[in-house]
Amino acid sequence: MKVIEVSNLRKRYRDQLAVDDVSFTVEEGEIFGVLGPNGAGKTTTVECVAGLRVPDSGTVNVLGGLHRTELREQLGVQLQSSALPEKLKVWEALDLYASFYRRPADWVKLMERVGLADKRDTPYGKLSGGQQQRLSIALALVGTPRVAILDELTTGLDPQARRDTWELIERIREDGVTILLVTHFMEEAERLCDRLALIDSGRVVAMDTPSGLIAMVGGRQTVRFRSSGPLDDTRLEALPEVTGVSRSGGQVAVTGTGNLLLAVTTALAAANVVPTDLRVEQATLDDAFLSLTGKKISS
Amino acid sequence: MNKMLLTEAKLFLRDPGSPIFAMLLPLALLIALGQIPGFREATPDLGGERVIDTQLPGMMVILAVVTMALTVLPATLVSYRESGVLRRMSTTPVHPIRLLVAQLVNNLVVAIVATVLLVGAGHLVLGSILPRSPLAFAGVFVLGTASMLSLGLLIAAVAPNAKVAPGIGSLLMFPLLFMAGMWIPRELMPDLVRRIGDFLPMAPFADALRDTWAGHAPQPLHLVVMVATVLVMGGLAARFFRWE
Repeated sequence: MKVIEVSNLRKRYRDQLAVDDVSFTVEEGEIFGVLGPNGAGKTTTVECVAGLRVPDSGTVNVLGGLHRTELREQLGVQLQSSALPEKLKVWEALDLYASFYRRPADWVKLMERVGLADKRDTPYGKLSGGQQQRLSIALALVGTPRVAILDELTTGLDPQARRDTWELIERIREDGVTILLVTHFMEEAERLCDRLALIDSGRVVAMDTPSGLIAMVGGRQTVRFRSSGPLDDTRLEALPEVTGVSRSGGQVAVTGTGNLLLAVTTALAAANVVPTDLRVEQATLDDAFLSLTGKKISS
Repeated sequence: MNKMLLTEAKLFLRDPGSPIFAMLLPLALLIALGQIPGFREATPDLGGERVIDTQLPGMMVILAVVTMALTVLPATLVSYRESGVLRRMSTTPVHPIRLLVAQLVNNLVVAIVATVLLVGAGHLVLGSILPRSPLAFAGVFVLGTASMLSLGLLIAAVAPNAKVAPGIGSLLMFPLLFMAGMWIPRELMPDLVRRIGDFLPMAPFADALRDTWAGHAPQPLHLVVMVATVLVMGGLAARFFRWE
């Protein structure tokens, strides 16, 4: 079932075109990522989906066309840079926001789930960045939504807090909540998203699974190793999987596609060469984005 | 809504600096200025009234109300807008206007408490008269406070950030307080100045409060100006208020 359908979305602010032409659909139960560099129009797109902005043209259909209060009952939103009053305690925030919904979650359980049970009486202003972010996620989920929009949820977090947050998101998905995730972190998108829309300058440049997007750059891989003895490059170049062989210092770099690693190691065994420091480098989403737009996503 | 009122009231009490200031400064001024011997004698310029009867306590009530309405209220609302509190709420089924209402209720409650303290302390400590038309006094108080809160909402609507909001409030507050008779009783002002004051938001509140305090009927013009202030300032605030 299609939970979110966006077609030909366009939004202009006074001085610039934020979203030019964006279309995508999100299926029930998936984590759909909107990935792109800062200023690509990601936030504006999801704000239109959340009903916080009115698009200039195009259509947005969430959960079969819900609007206003009905939409907000079913759609949890975690926005970039929206704080809470400094002195509001964790439990008070959850209790207050739970009271906004017809069918609220048990906020005590939710608080334990996001790992804030021991911070129950801590004011918002005294929480760490990661804790504030987890409270923010909890508030987006306190109405037991069917769909959650999470915008840049790990920006500004340290690596450990980021991984904890990812685990939390995976558990939320297991509950059947459909998630629209906005990010400019490649690693986050690769780890969490079932499908991704790559957005640049207000347009969708590609949409696929993370591995599908990486395959778009030709599934290019590089196998690197040091050889134990003399090795004739032509034996490797003759393999159908190999597209190029280069050497720098004692290291051999073989680029190619398909089951490159197996092909290379088999050929080396046949030549009685033992590879050391053997590594395989896969193309990343960043490579995909780079080859599609000529830009890098992450700074 | 009850939970929202309760939560906002708790937050208010956790950061009591400004509301306490708004209540205690006028109270301290009332007691201190009330010691001036001349203020305790019948003054021909005030129609035979003593300064401590309605002029002094009346102005202190006004001071308490406008400190809340023109500086505390806009500062809180603008900081809520700036930090995204209002924006976060607008993603829930409950519109952030409820937060605004809760804030208005809080400010009104503080203004009422301050007024009860001022009237009581003035009577017990200085021997000021109690409001002689209590119902009309209460009505004027509510209407006048509503007009000041409307002005405070307009400041919150147009202030670009939380740092300048109280500044704009003070900038408006002092000339309006002057025109309301804070430093020179309105009775002693030149006719023209007093007439101008009749049409500004604060002086009609002060006059009507003092009139009902002394047991006179408030001037219809003053009531009209207060109602107009609520409608015009409130309308402009509604028109220009931004939630993010």
